[in-house]
Parts: sequence; C-alpha cells; structure tokens
Amino acid sequence: MTNTAILIAAIVFWLAAWYANTRLAALRPERGPMVTLVNLAIPVLFGAAILALWEGITRGFGVPTVILPPPSMIWERIISSVPTLWADFQQTYLKGVVSGYLIGCSLGFLVAVLVDRSPFWKAGVMPIGNLVSALPIVGIAPIMVMWFGFDWQSKAAVVVVMTFFPMLVNTVAGLNAAGHMERDLMHTYASTRTQSLIKLRLPAAMPFIFNALKINSTLALIGAIVAEFFGTPIVGMGFRISAEVGRLNVDMVWATIFVAALAGSLSYGAIALVERSVTFWHPSMRSERP
Amino acid sequence: MGVRLFDGGSASMIRTRILPILTVVAAIIAVWYAFAVILNAPFERNAAERAGETIGFAEILPKTMSQQRPVLPAPHQVAVEIWETTAEKNITSKRSLIYHAWVTLSATLLGFMMGTALGILLAVGIVHSRVLDKSMMPWIITSQTIPILALAPMIIVVFNSVGVTGLLPKALISTYLSFFPVAVGMVKGLRSPETMHMDLMHTYSANRAQTFWKLRWPSSVPFLFTSMKIGIAASLVGAIVGELPTGAVAGLGARLLAGSYYGQTVQIWSALIVAAVLAGLLVGLIGWIGGWLNRRMGVREARA
Repeated sequence: MTNTAILIAAIVFWLAAWYANTRLAALRPERGPMVTLVNLAIPVLFGAAILALWEGITRGFGVPTVILPPPSMIWERIISSVPTLWADFQQTYLKGVVSGYLIGCSLGFLVAVLVDRSPFWKAGVMPIGNLVSALPIVGIAPIMVMWFGFDWQSKAAVVVVMTFFPMLVNTVAGLNAAGHMERDLMHTYASTRTQSLIKLRLPAAMPFIFNALKINSTLALIGAIVAEFFGTPIVGMGFRISAEVGRLNVDMVWATIFVAALAGSLSYGAIALVERSVTFWHPSMRSERP
Repeated sequence: MGVRLFDGGSASMIRTRILPILTVVAAIIAVWYAFAVILNAPFERNAAERAGETIGFAEILPKTMSQQRPVLPAPHQVAVEIWETTAEKNITSKRSLIYHAWVTLSATLLGFMMGTALGILLAVGIVHSRVLDKSMMPWIITSQTIPILALAPMIIVVFNSVGVTGLLPKALISTYLSFFPVAVGMVKGLRSPETMHMDLMHTYSANRAQTFWKLRWPSSVPFLFTSMKIGIAASLVGAIVGELPTGAVAGLGARLLAGSYYGQTVQIWSALIVAAVLAGLLVGLIGWIGGWLNRRMGVREARA
C-alpha cells in the first residue's frame, strides 16, 4: 500500500513541478538576479521531478532492483561505499585520466605548432587528423593493455592516443583563425615568426584549443573506463562497473556512474571557467545584457 | 558537378591536396614498420639465445615481420589477415570479418536511426516550447560531459536479465550516444533562421507549422548533417563497446575481445582497421549526402 502512495506522491510532485516550471518559464524576467534564479530553478526542478518519478515508478511498480534501483538506494550505496569509490576514482581518474590527458593534449599541441610551419604537412595532416578523430580509437585499448600492462599506464596510453587527434586538429585550425588584416599588421611591425605566433596566432587559437580541451575531458574519461574492461588490477571505475554488473549489484554500478558523471562535469566546468578568463574577448563569452 | 574554373585544376589539386596526404600516409606506414621491427626484435633475440645461437640484424629483420603473435604486427601481415578473412572466407562464416562487421553495422545503423529520430523530435519540442527548452537544455548539455559509454555494460546485462538479447541492447547504446549530438545540433539549426526571415513569415501570417516546414526545417538541414556525422561515429563506438561485456559472440568488438584474450594481435589489428574503414565510410557517406543536399539547396555547410 505504501508503494502505491509513493507512486501517487511522485506523480503529484511531477505534475506540480511541471506546472511550476510552466509558470516560471512564462515569467520572462527582464534582467537582474531574477534571470539567473529562474534559469537555475527550472532545470533543478525538472531534475528533481525526474528523480521523484524514477523513485515512484521503481518503488510503486516494484521494479526489481536488478533492472533499475531507485535513486534513494543508489544514494545509500554511495554513502556507504565512499572508500571503494574513492580508491576507484584515484586509480582511474587521478592516475590514468589526468596523466594521459596532460600528455595527449600537450603532444597534440606541440605537433600542431610544428606542423603549422609547413603548408605541405598541414595539408597532409589535417584530413587524416579529421578522419582519425572520427574513428573508434577506444578499440586500441586491448593493444595498449598488452603493451603497457594491466595497471594505469595502459589506460593513460589509450587516453593519450584519444586526446591527441582532437587537440592536433583543433590547434592547427585555430592557428589559422587570425585574420589577414591582423597578420599583415604583424608583418608591418616586422615581427618574427615566433613573435607573431605568441602575440597574435596563439591567443586567436585559444577558443579552438579550449574546445579541444573540453572535448578531450569527456573522451579521456571514456577511454580510461573502457580500457579497464579489457584488463585491470582489481581497482578502478571500469573494473568496478564490469565486476558489479557481473554480480548484478546494479546499485553499485549506478554509484560508480554517478562518480564518473560528477568527475566529468566538474572537470568540464573547471575548463570552461578557465576558458572564460582566457578568451574573455571572444564574442561567445560576452554577456547577453547590453 | 560544378564547372572547372581553370584547366590546371586537377593537376594542382593533386599537388596541393592528394600529395601531402599520401606523404603522411607513407610516413605513418614507415613508422609502423620501424616500430614493428623494434618491438618484435626482443622476441627473436630471446628465441635465438635460448637456442644457443647468435643472431644478426639481417636475420632478425625478416623474422620480425612474420611472427605468429607479434607485439606489433607489420602492416602487410594485417593486410593479409584482412584479405583472408574478408575476400577468401564465405560471408556467412563465423571467421569472416564481413560477417562480424555486418553484425556491428546493423546495430550501429538501427541505433543511429532511432537516435537521430529521437534527437530531431526532442529538438523540435525544445524549439517550440519554452518550458522544455529551459528545463531540458541544461541537462542535455551536462549529459554531454559525462562518460555515457560507461553505461554500456549495464544496459546489456540488464536487458539480458529481462530476456532481450541480440541486436536491440547494442542498438540502444548507439541510440543513446547518437541522440545527444543530433538534438543539440538540431536545436541550433532550427534556431538558425534570421530574425528577418522569421519576420517575413510573420508578415505572411504563416502559422507555426508553416514556419516550421518552409523556413526552420530547410535551414536546419546543414546542421542536421554536420551533427549526424558526429552521431554515426559515436554510434559505431557505442555498438563496438556494447559488444564487449556480452561474452564475445559476434561483431567487431567481440573480435577485439577474443583477440585480447588469446593474444592474437593480428586479429585485433585487422578488426581495428576494419572498424576504422567502416567509420570512415559511414562518415564519408553522410558527408557526401549532406554536401549533395547542401548544393541542391544552395546553402553552405554548417559548422557545429
């Protein structure tokens, strides 16, 4: 009986949240803190409604927890297994993802700056880089596991390859983003190649480079997790997912996915924050208000 | 096809476009061979040492390119393996790479079509409803920053436990992965008509449906194809990863996993190359259709 009550309560909450959102969206405040408040309140309310509906449906219809555990159960699992989740996070994210990401992005950047000096190489590298960026690079994971062993080094290697190409392609495109007028101006200043690279073309390339950094932050996490499906010591987010799926502990899987989602959006957000201060001059960064 | 503007067109195109690409490809293959020799040589040296012989570099060189389980197979070994498992095997054979590629491709295409349809529907909803826009857009953008692929094994196993196996669970992962880029791209595309054009439709007293079909939909087509290119690449990755936790029955992902279990490096590399060719063909096909449509409609390609 209580389950039915939970289901009804969830549906009522969903309807109420929907109605509130309709009213909030119709407010259309002109300016000031109200804009931020409304823009924040609507998605939060929507998310809460989804969670409530999820809880209500799984409990109300008695969905087996093997298929879909209710959010409250996942949350309990997160709270009760913080040490395990932290160890996994350390192994996969702090060791594999971060080191691979740093190496891959800096390598891509360096090669792009080198390639940029020669139009011939640029014309050769760009189409191939674009093609490789679209390929299922995750597939090299078994090879890297064979070469670099089960520990985090092989995961970092996968991440290096995955992040290299988006960085290469975006940086090369970005270095060509500075306009002809500005380049001619640098030329009239008799600036050297290095000077115009540092003072004009690199700053102009920053939006592209940050785009690659943001794409790569997601790719890196995916690469490290999938690489762990192919072989890993008994710690790590990918290992946890495949092991607990095998034992049908779906709540633990969701807990790990929650950690991965949190890590993914936080690192994305951090990069976006840095981007905001570095490329403050770019039109997309200007505030909407006049 | 367009008219050639000057006669030297094809010759200069070869010099400025094709030649650099061929050079880079040749460089990659050369580096590959070099690494194959470097990485495979220790095995030959060990073997010679155990046999009590000394072995010179001239003898190592050919041996590194014909090992059964090399650390890094030489390009021609992979090429031979691909030729043997595609052209010389019956397509229905379990050892044929074409069979495995088809298993993966069917899941990719089914998932991609469902994902594209879903993405377009959601984008249409978002563009027309302020509530949907305000409540869902932030979540869609956030969801792009999370490693969705991590869900793949769970989706497979959960569906297995309910008794749904085969194509559908894999296709659902592809759906999930291709749905986000298409939804985001289409929202951009459906909003791309300028205020002038929207006002013009308004002065014609066009209703929402008319504005949609005559203005919003046509102007979103370039965006649709740009995001479909991202979507189909993501779909293929999704289908391959979706094959990993099922215990490796069929498909390119299963070949990768089986190869990694049994140390069959040549098999891994050939599955990888076939996956890469498949991705290139799919993206190229969509790009070609999109380019053709754009030319017919007289619009420029969109940058997502």
